Amino acid sequence: MLPLSSTIEFSQAAELGIAILLGLGFGAVLERAGFGSARKLTAVFYLYDMAVVKVMFTAVVTAMVGLYGLSVLGLMDLSELYVERTHLLAQGLGGLLFGAGFLIGGYCPGTSMAAIASGRKDGLVFAFGMLSGVWAYAEFTPQLDAWYSSTALGELTMPAITGVGMGWWALLFVAALLLAAWGLRWVEQRHGSLHPAR
Amino acid sequence: MHTSNPLAGASRAYLNPYAAGVLLGLVLLATYALTGRGLGATAGFAAVATWLTGLVSPAAVQASAVHLKYWNDGVPWLNWTLFLLFGALVGAALSAWQAGRFRLGIERGPRISDSQRLALAFLGGFIAAWGAKLAKGCTSGQALTGSSILNAGSLVFLIAVFVAGFGLAHFVRKEWL
Repeated sequence: MLPLSSTIEFSQAAELGIAILLGLGFGAVLERAGFGSARKLTAVFYLYDMAVVKVMFTAVVTAMVGLYGLSVLGLMDLSELYVERTHLLAQGLGGLLFGAGFLIGGYCPGTSMAAIASGRKDGLVFAFGMLSGVWAYAEFTPQLDAWYSSTALGELTMPAITGVGMGWWALLFVAALLLAAWGLRWVEQRHGSLHPAR
Repeated sequence: MHTSNPLAGASRAYLNPYAAGVLLGLVLLATYALTGRGLGATAGFAAVATWLTGLVSPAAVQASAVHLKYWNDGVPWLNWTLFLLFGALVGAALSAWQAGRFRLGIERGPRISDSQRLALAFLGGFIAAWGAKLAKGCTSGQALTGSSILNAGSLVFLIAVFVAGFGLAHFVRKEWL
């Protein structure tokens, strides 16, 4: 029964080995997608290359359909999966800050690894900015964590809120992805003149 | 439009984004299936920050509940997400090398200088870190991992990221276009 962590007690060495193996795949896919490039990543906000949306949306839909499929087949117990508690204000404000940092910095935490691995000095500097930021948070505003814990809403998923099952949500997301694929091509054609020379 | 981008050069084309998305989704699914949790990235940075703080001043670690979360009985570097990041660095390096895409350089638009770009990269990383800490996750932990299990907070995060990006895009266009 999946997740394996619910039936097998991994040793710490095994857990960290799994992390490295999954990381290899994670990093390789990010690099293959072009996410080691800041201009490729930020292009999404100028609408001439929507790869960020295409990759992320497809990844979310793939994993969602996979999770649902495995649970329907009785292979995975979704209730064993970790769900971060929802805090609308924290995730709204945090998302706004994160989006600003992503556009200004050119990367996000994961893609900065792909950037460093591709030789981007700005990726390395972004990673140092990240490191300073998480340090400053721990040093100067640790009380924000306490505020989060005391005011978070709890584990809230769309199926739980709406009463509409995960299968229907997965179907909706697949349909939205197909529509988006068509719409994104149109958007890219309209803004193609912004594309830097390759 | 021609640019002075020193990074544009002959190298293999990137993978089709939808194919890359399926592969990324499978990595995420495998992570869920093996560990019961999804991907992450920011926690790896947090572990390094706590580790370095502990080397300089163990008292500073004890003074912060956030540091203590990553202290791991004095071995903060034995952190799951940090090992994931290390794997990602190696995996991306192998991929870049195999595709002939490794270029030492600084990526920016033609209208700003290298040093301006590096300053903005640092500033952006700092702001993104604060946002990710506040929201309890970044693109990996919230946008990908949480959205795939339809976590309401993750979907709010995802929407907020794009709202901020599109809202600011006009004001920082010199950095990229």
